[in-house]
Amino acid sequence: MGQDGFETTINLIKLLLIFLAMIQAVPVLVWVERRGSAFIQDRFGPNRVGPLGLMQLLADAVKFIFKEEFSPNKSVRAIYYMAPVAALVPAALALGALPLSTPIHVAPFEWLGRSWGPYTFEMQSFDIPVGIVYVLAASSLGVYGLLLAGWGSSNKYSLMGALRASAQMMSYELSLGLSVVGTILVFGSLDFHTIIKAQEGFMHFHLFGSEIQIFLPNWGIFYQPLAAIIFVVAVFAESNRLPFDLPEAEGELVAGFHTEYGGFKLLLFFMGEYGHMIVASGLFSIFYLGGYGLPWVDTITVTEFFSGIFSHSTTASIVTSIFYLVLFLIKIALFIWLFMWVRWSLPRFKYDRLMDLGWKTLMPLALFNIILTASIMFLAHFIHWGV
Amino acid sequence: MVPLIAIMVITVLATLFGAALLFFVSKVGPKVKISEIKSLSYECGLVGEEKKSTKVSVKFYLVAILFILFDIEIIFLYPWAIIYNDMLTTNAVFIFSEMMVFMAVLLFGLFYVWRSGALRWD
Repeated sequence: MGQDGFETTINLIKLLLIFLAMIQAVPVLVWVERRGSAFIQDRFGPNRVGPLGLMQLLADAVKFIFKEEFSPNKSVRAIYYMAPVAALVPAALALGALPLSTPIHVAPFEWLGRSWGPYTFEMQSFDIPVGIVYVLAASSLGVYGLLLAGWGSSNKYSLMGALRASAQMMSYELSLGLSVVGTILVFGSLDFHTIIKAQEGFMHFHLFGSEIQIFLPNWGIFYQPLAAIIFVVAVFAESNRLPFDLPEAEGELVAGFHTEYGGFKLLLFFMGEYGHMIVASGLFSIFYLGGYGLPWVDTITVTEFFSGIFSHSTTASIVTSIFYLVLFLIKIALFIWLFMWVRWSLPRFKYDRLMDLGWKTLMPLALFNIILTASIMFLAHFIHWGV
Repeated sequence: MVPLIAIMVITVLATLFGAALLFFVSKVGPKVKISEIKSLSYECGLVGEEKKSTKVSVKFYLVAILFILFDIEIIFLYPWAIIYNDMLTTNAVFIFSEMMVFMAVLLFGLFYVWRSGALRWD
């Protein structure tokens, strides 16, 4: 946890802050979703409570707190109450491993009569060398929350919704896992920092001994366009968003797995779902959009730029970190907006079409992508054409 | 920071957060006598008929089994993908052909499942 009390404390605070940031993002995202859908459908949306309806979130939270507690008499109580919590935990666990920004280097300093440091604080809850496998594993635990909810509430709509959700999430997890293999092939690592570092600067090739530079950022999306598309589709299905929101198809299943839930219990499911969306956006940014990196410009240049402005090295490091954090948040926000945009643009799939898309289209495509990537790398090796 | 400790702290934190919130809300909310009819499972205006052991389509079990099979095969691709670029300089033909054989087996499995109708929903 750290070499002394100071580092441990900061690490724990950081951990808490990242968790609370995820919780806090939910009302904001709900607001964006509602205003965004209103914008797309040419109506006002929430605009009564506070400026632009921003206080609506607060009003909603207060309303949720003062809701009457209810559970259907046939439900299995323990499972029924466990489910919302089980939906929240995996999202929090997965988010903790995403690197949000460059690490902060704290120079040695004097405080309370003794000297401290130097310290390096990673801008993530914990730094795990097999980040990709961990995040995929942690976020796939989310299916338990849905299954427990469907099973625990002893309602046939809930049960059907939960079964559909789990079958769908499993099917698309295969394509998700396969599309990531292409990225690992190109960058040769499971570590997020290495992948982000590899995407800095301009896109360049070595062809017959000479170096060719292309006016494109060195992003994964240009190396793996097919994998990026498969990843996006699979992620939409994983987080049960339209056009793949079959688990809660309101025309057939009332509300799917959360039919019997209301008040704060429902809000916990929402936190889990939006948490998954944030994690998915973060993963997409890291794999295909260079993570927190600035396009074309590498980290060293930016760090030197800020060290030139701020004389104190700790201050410069903090400012650099905040700069990259904002950049990363912008990328996440853009991808989340895509989630909401698609929601109001595409109609829902039929269930057999959904499973066909997952098993018969995306999976062969993802396998083809791996074979293609491996073959190109293999051939490139023989004509001395490297990335 | 040791990742395991952090992971445990986050798990406990998130669980406590959710549980505490549920408990708090159940104490704060209004206490209303819930009638027999109200506490029934949701059904569109009728009294629910279904038993606890609702029958579900066997297709879902099939999907689960297929998922486990293919997921294990996919996991084998990860270590291969990591060392692929490095191995190209030392033993390129081996690492390439080895995995292509594996992929062929995987694809054959997929098409066998496809042809046998396990992926057909109706």
